[in-house]
Amino acid sequence: MRRERRGAVQPDGPSPAPRLKGRTSADLPAENSIPVRSEADIVFARQKGRELAAALGFRSTDLTLIATAISELARNIVLYARRGRIVVKGIERNGGRGIMVVARDDGPGIPNVAQALQSGFSTSGGLGLGLPGVRRLTDEFDIVSAVGRGTIVTVKKWLR
Amino acid sequence: MGVPILKQGYYLIATIQTALTDTDLQGLRDGLIAQIGRYRARGVIIDITALDVMDSFAVRTVQDIAQMGRLRGAETVIVGVQPEVALSMVELGLTLAGVNTALDLEEGLIFLDERTKRASKGGEARAP
Repeated sequence: MRRERRGAVQPDGPSPAPRLKGRTSADLPAENSIPVRSEADIVFARQKGRELAAALGFRSTDLTLIATAISELARNIVLYARRGRIVVKGIERNGGRGIMVVARDDGPGIPNVAQALQSGFSTSGGLGLGLPGVRRLTDEFDIVSAVGRGTIVTVKKWLR
Repeated sequence: MGVPILKQGYYLIATIQTALTDTDLQGLRDGLIAQIGRYRARGVIIDITALDVMDSFAVRTVQDIAQMGRLRGAETVIVGVQPEVALSMVELGLTLAGVNTALDLEEGLIFLDERTKRASKGGEARAP
């Protein structure tokens, strides 16, 4: 079903723990791809994201912010698209490390992205804080959505 | 994974011990609201010390419990919001407005004692 599967992304089914190569190594921990198909996967995705962020060296406060952002992104998938995928990945830029979270689905898409990013806007009867909240919790936020084709939200948080 | 609900005097104490799914949270809500009637509880304490994440759904469910509980005659107080959880909630704009909070279980019990004493004595207890 997934068309865009890259490199080390793991196949469907129970995801193994990220293959950590040791904290002293310069190698980044392997990325982890988590299928999101039910609300139980929301908890699983945020736990996997927290594990990878901890392996990258994030401290307690950032771990909670990252886990909360993943929880909101995964909930959006379950709520609007029913199924999708969360990919968490260690990244590097200019010698700095960070984590990238990609939430991808083939759902209905968002007709008006600007509106969806406004605080208080929601079409699902939720609190309407999902996407604006995720943007505040992270350092970089990017969204691509096409009606009838799906949505990809990419967020990054950098180690300080 | 359900949340155990303890009855202590006129209070119900729910201690969350692990990450909760949406269904778990709704089960907690329904369990507490039913037990307020069964045990004629006047107060509810929800201890979220061990909760890893308070996202928008968890906050909304806690607000629902507090409001539904009040309609059933019980005050709810949330205890154990950890510093990093407080930060993530503020960043999300989820401030639990209108919901009582206290630092920990001990403070939560003191809060409920004062609140229910005041209610049972009418307005008199308000004067220092």
